[in-house]
Amino acid sequence: MSLSKIKFDKKIVLSFWIILIALIIAAPTLLPVFRLNLLGRYLSLSIVALGVDLIWGYTGLLSLGQGIFFALGGYCAAMYLQITSSSEFPNNIPEFFALYGVEKLPFFWEPFRSPIFTFFAIWIIPALVAGIIGFLVFRNRIKGVYFSILTQASLLVFFNFFNGQQKLINGTNGLKTDVTQLFGQMVGSESMQRLFFWITAILVITAWFFAKWVVKGRFGNILIGIRDDEPRVRFTGYNPVIFKTIIFSIAGGLAGISGALYTVQSGIVSPQFMTVPFSIEMVIWVAVGGRGTLLGAILGAVFINYAKSLVSEALPASWMFIQGGLFILVVTALPEGVLGWIQGDGPRNLLQRFGLKRKIETYPSLEVNNKEGHNE
Amino acid sequence: MELLLDSLFNGVAIGSVLLVAALGLAIVFGLMGVINLAHGELMMLGAYTTYVTQLIFKLPILKPFYNSYIIVSIFLAFIVSGVVGILLEKTIIRKLYGSPLETLLATWGVSLILQQFVRSVPLAYGTGLVISLLIGLFLPTIFPSKIKESINFKYFKFSSWIFAALTGVLTGSVISSSVSKLSRASARNVDVTAPSWMRGQVEIIGTAFPKTRLMIIVITIISVIAITLFLNQSAWGMRIRAVTQNRQMSDCLGISTEKVDIITFGIGSGLAGVAGVAVSLLGSVGPNVGGNYIVGCFMVVVLGGVGNLLGTVLASFGIGIMTDLIGAGRLLSIWPDMPLPLSNTINFFATTSMARVMIFALIVIFLQFKPTGLFPQKGRMVEN
Repeated sequence: MSLSKIKFDKKIVLSFWIILIALIIAAPTLLPVFRLNLLGRYLSLSIVALGVDLIWGYTGLLSLGQGIFFALGGYCAAMYLQITSSSEFPNNIPEFFALYGVEKLPFFWEPFRSPIFTFFAIWIIPALVAGIIGFLVFRNRIKGVYFSILTQASLLVFFNFFNGQQKLINGTNGLKTDVTQLFGQMVGSESMQRLFFWITAILVITAWFFAKWVVKGRFGNILIGIRDDEPRVRFTGYNPVIFKTIIFSIAGGLAGISGALYTVQSGIVSPQFMTVPFSIEMVIWVAVGGRGTLLGAILGAVFINYAKSLVSEALPASWMFIQGGLFILVVTALPEGVLGWIQGDGPRNLLQRFGLKRKIETYPSLEVNNKEGHNE
Repeated sequence: MELLLDSLFNGVAIGSVLLVAALGLAIVFGLMGVINLAHGELMMLGAYTTYVTQLIFKLPILKPFYNSYIIVSIFLAFIVSGVVGILLEKTIIRKLYGSPLETLLATWGVSLILQQFVRSVPLAYGTGLVISLLIGLFLPTIFPSKIKESINFKYFKFSSWIFAALTGVLTGSVISSSVSKLSRASARNVDVTAPSWMRGQVEIIGTAFPKTRLMIIVITIISVIAITLFLNQSAWGMRIRAVTQNRQMSDCLGISTEKVDIITFGIGSGLAGVAGVAVSLLGSVGPNVGGNYIVGCFMVVVLGGVGNLLGTVLASFGIGIMTDLIGAGRLLSIWPDMPLPLSNTINFFATTSMARVMIFALIVIFLQFKPTGLFPQKGRMVEN
């Protein structure tokens, strides 16, 4: 994968940031509430996409189970909101418990009365779960397709568990957040949604810088090394298991934050977040945007979801065809994604094809070596 | 004793559906290292083939043979899914050889398209499309070699595709005009009714077994035997085994790995179709029918190891029997007066969904000891 980056002028970068920040501040006044809410949701999805890019684009681990961590984060946030706004209900516990005859808050929900605990739980619990699953899998050098299948299976397991446990987490119905209260205001209200939009926008940028920091330097180099040739990394004396576990739990934590933000903006968290298609969709956002580019993951998540809502509004039946076609197209014709294509040799090759740019002369051996490098 | 027998039978019945579904997946994965996420949708095509066959056999001409439609549909399902699989291999999977993760994503895309296809295209025209694919793909291969080698072969190929398209449209419209149920697209689930000789139950040693379940077990046994014979006795089977063991070396020795890939993928997909027939006997058939089984199949492949059918067989029966033992809380009825904490735990897991949770936990524990499954492929590669 070509890593050549286009170098921008400092002034351009600065003005880009100013425009971006101005847009974020102005968005709530420019967009109608419905669209703003959608944009906020898509931005929160881009955080989970960043995590997918870290583990897939940089480390070569294709996880089909990011939905687990996404939903865990969502459940943590939703349960906190439900508990804090349950003072009018019998026994001071969320309303749904009464339906199943539960009179006492299950013990593991007890800590969620505290906002500080919840604040940490939203990202630490998914990260821990990811770390445990990752360690158990990586320890045995299970990788490649096996890893993907196992993550998919664990996704299904979590789905079944959450779907079946009415008494603990309200089963299929999920937890609603839009009628709960936070800071004395309805979570579903317009002013709160605006606040959530800003929080999301700030967190996306923070997560982006965090991810950039993670892949920078030696840690990032080892991740790329694991992706390209894991045995060689191992023979050099590094233990890939540790690095893979760390990056997998980082991605899990990002997914948790993303899930919490998505939940408060969509108004509900349910086991539907842990369905197989949703988790695979996360991968396609990254694949289309460009894996190993980070920015591509964010753009891919926002644009594909936006396209999805537009197409689904106009022609509901055709989205599946388009999405399916997108999967096939992007892996066969555009394996580096749109941003990867722009950053790489894509535009030059296109210009060459139309005779607008001269071909670069290379030694045949260089060409061959490059080709070998592409086969991961 | 009776209870145990009952439990064993249920387990074997669950396991045999898994086995026939996972068989094709295991062979393809063993040979090409490719996980086909569209496998479930190929099963779905098989199930829909059963439905279409059933309706066609209700036509006055074929009415006398109605009772045998299920047998016919097994072969048809094999062909339909096999043809779609071959098309998949020729157009997409071949391009992605050597990058299994990309194949995974592309086949997922295919599965989405297939799901939406059965929702929005009338089944009659779907049948026509499959027929034209069948003719278009196979007509050129049966031309005499004299024509094949001539320069103008591409024109022959082209005209055979035109012929195929015409035949497809013709059959599509004939079917849609004669069977009204197939002429409109619908996202609703359809039902396959078993012929009269397959309804009811059989009593063996005092326990009643539903005939459809027995039929599925029979289908599974025949498929396993057929595929074992094919792999171990036929020339192409030997080539497939050779390529599974060492692709480069087989290629050097003159085996056409390209052909081996097509044949394997076709057979694997065809077996998915056969599994679809079995699945259609168990419940209603919808666009998502394959998705319910696919993860179970993956677990069988992971647990069984690559390149060994015995592993696949043992893994699927193991999972089937465990599912029944845990999901129905059988241990409680076998050992009624066990200590309370234990029986509470068993009761907690005694639902279908919680049984899956337990099974997965068991599989992960198992993989801690044998990471490459029951029967790993032996080699000296660093990667393995």
